[in-house]
Amino acid sequence: MTLAAEKTKHNALIAKARRVGALVKKEFRQMVRDPSSIAMGVVLPVILILLFGYGLSLDVKNVKVAVVLEAPSPDVTELASGFQLSPYFAAQFLTSMPQAQELLLDRGVDGIVLVRSDVARNMKLGDAQVQIVVNGTDANHARIVQGYAQGAIGQWAARRAAEGRAVNVGPVTVLDRIWFNNANDSHYFLVPGLIVLVMTLIGAFLTSMVMAREWERGTLEALFVTPVRVDEILLGKIIPYFAQGMVGLVLCLFAAKYLFHVPIRGSVWLLAITSMLYLLVALSIGLVISSLTKSQFVASQITLLATFLPAMMLSGFLFDLRSMPTAVRLLTYAMPARYYVALLQTLFLAGDVWGVVLPNAAVLTGMAISLLLLTRLVTQKKLA
Amino acid sequence: MFEAILRIIALTRKELLAVLKDPRARFSLLIPPILQCLIFGYAASYDLNDVPYAVLDQNQSAASHELLAGVDGSGVFHRVANLDSIEDLKTYIDEKRALLVIQIGQDFERRLRSGQPVDIQVIADGRNSNTAGTAIGYIGAIVSAFNADWRSSHGQPGLTVQIINRAWYNPNQETRWAMIPSLIGTLTMMQTLLLTAMSVAREREQGTFDQLLVTPFRPVEIMAGKALPCMLIGAAQATNVLLVAQLWFRIPFAGSLVTLYAGLILFLLAAVGIGLFISSIASTMQQATLYGFVAMMPFLLLSGLTTPISSMPKSVQYFTLINPLRYAIEIAQRVYLEGAGMGRLMPDLWPMAIIATVTLSAASWMFRHRLE
Repeated sequence: MTLAAEKTKHNALIAKARRVGALVKKEFRQMVRDPSSIAMGVVLPVILILLFGYGLSLDVKNVKVAVVLEAPSPDVTELASGFQLSPYFAAQFLTSMPQAQELLLDRGVDGIVLVRSDVARNMKLGDAQVQIVVNGTDANHARIVQGYAQGAIGQWAARRAAEGRAVNVGPVTVLDRIWFNNANDSHYFLVPGLIVLVMTLIGAFLTSMVMAREWERGTLEALFVTPVRVDEILLGKIIPYFAQGMVGLVLCLFAAKYLFHVPIRGSVWLLAITSMLYLLVALSIGLVISSLTKSQFVASQITLLATFLPAMMLSGFLFDLRSMPTAVRLLTYAMPARYYVALLQTLFLAGDVWGVVLPNAAVLTGMAISLLLLTRLVTQKKLA
Repeated sequence: MFEAILRIIALTRKELLAVLKDPRARFSLLIPPILQCLIFGYAASYDLNDVPYAVLDQNQSAASHELLAGVDGSGVFHRVANLDSIEDLKTYIDEKRALLVIQIGQDFERRLRSGQPVDIQVIADGRNSNTAGTAIGYIGAIVSAFNADWRSSHGQPGLTVQIINRAWYNPNQETRWAMIPSLIGTLTMMQTLLLTAMSVAREREQGTFDQLLVTPFRPVEIMAGKALPCMLIGAAQATNVLLVAQLWFRIPFAGSLVTLYAGLILFLLAAVGIGLFISSIASTMQQATLYGFVAMMPFLLLSGLTTPISSMPKSVQYFTLINPLRYAIEIAQRVYLEGAGMGRLMPDLWPMAIIATVTLSAASWMFRHRLE
């Protein structure tokens, strides 16, 4: 190559960088001036952090139960006090079942523990019964309540049985240990989910809206007649929103470490790199959707359906993937959020487990590359 | 008065045309709720039915095999490996090959036969501590059954108290039965709120709002003309979800449709009120969508859909009192599963009426003040 040719190439590169720089600058200005993108980029992550940190919890506390003692006696009042002292229950005591039934129907209580009048007599005979009635309308909650109530009754029964003679209630007891989360703190699994949601919203939702607006308003058309090329336009969108996504990530990481004290047992660098990969995937999905729909309303609906909801429901962050029916489980393999959640959960709680990190990061890389190429392909410098 | 109604009808018709004329918009209003309903119905469940587990059985006795047979036969757990060492255990958990490992000590059978208490260890992957807790609960139930068998077959006295469980309104305690009715409110709110917020913003952005203002319409009529079509679309979406629940998932409907739709109308009024309020502060479609979304998140997460309200801190529980979705979910579940009537639902109905009144009048105030 001659010196002159090299110089032209060099100049072309500088010109390209200047064009991208100008677009990025324009996008940043627009971002700062429009309060709604600040609301999305900063306010929403903060709201989500607060909600996940202080609002949501799957732990059972203060469940309202009615304990029906048809015939109060020392034996059964001991059972009742077990419910009263438990932090899991806020118990109220009644003497008739119809009364309790009425309460359950009015949502005054979530469950009923029914101790019939003949329980003391039958206990001596060895076949006493205690009934637990729960309102199954919220099935998950109901099951947890049932479990705790069973525990409370079981303990009482064991104490009763042990009186006078030595009986092993067990004989086998389960000692459980929840690795990576010994205290069973629900923040530990909510925080990785929080990061996925924030990255998805900024990456895909915000970007698709912004790009669709340019299509809808015809401002992209105006750009088409300038020397700016398509890849430069795309870079001009990707760079600013990538930056905003990283701001969201940093916010979440700080909140995780200093507000919720979730340990980061893996390397922060791996966490950052994999997050960048996911962000690129989300950004390109947003750009593809907006280029295909060219309408803000349709783009927002499709992005919601294609990225946000799967990130919440099909990523394994809340619901166990293995328990889903095969068809839905196969669908989850197509969701980038699935791989990102696995990476986040592992890097936060377990450490750098290469057996998990490598395959998931590889899939995300593959997705990022092919989606970026697809973005380039569907964004054409011509009118629809 | 009559003319006002005619004007509102005309505006409603125009609004419906504006929204539904684009085939992609039609598609995105009707198909996603049905798809979401199907996916959520199958995916959104805390129940486990396929848990890979590994065993570190250092006893290898008849008793330990009997216990493990119970686990294998539960239909929930499937054994992926028999481990030899603690190191293997770590690998299996770390690399997510097993969700939990059951470790049985060397003296398991000896202690059991001599009537001494004995422990087994269950180590679970706590990366999703909720799933881990549920799986451990299942193991606990299997071990209880083993205990009862062992006691009765070895002549030890059984527990004197038998516990009988009943779950009313959802006898098999399926998460799906609770989830699908609550989607009637959730999916409808997500789209109604965004649709309303965008419909005014779209006119502002395209400049047609000014044209609307020079017509004989009064601000209240414009608002009614914007609210009504969104409510109609919302009601249509809710009906779709209801149909999926009954025709596809075959969840028995216990209540009355009149009660359900009465609650739904109040709820739609509240949702549309919030949407209009948002649109009155937004000047572009982008702003309307993003504000709408930012408002939507707390409503969605604090509705009791994914986590129970009673587990939230007290101050957050107070916030849920102004969340229309909370009431809509409760009404839908209670009418659908419990067959609750109007009388019992009053505590859920009047707060929504208040929310609707407040948001609608706030929106109309904002409109008048922005117009002048």
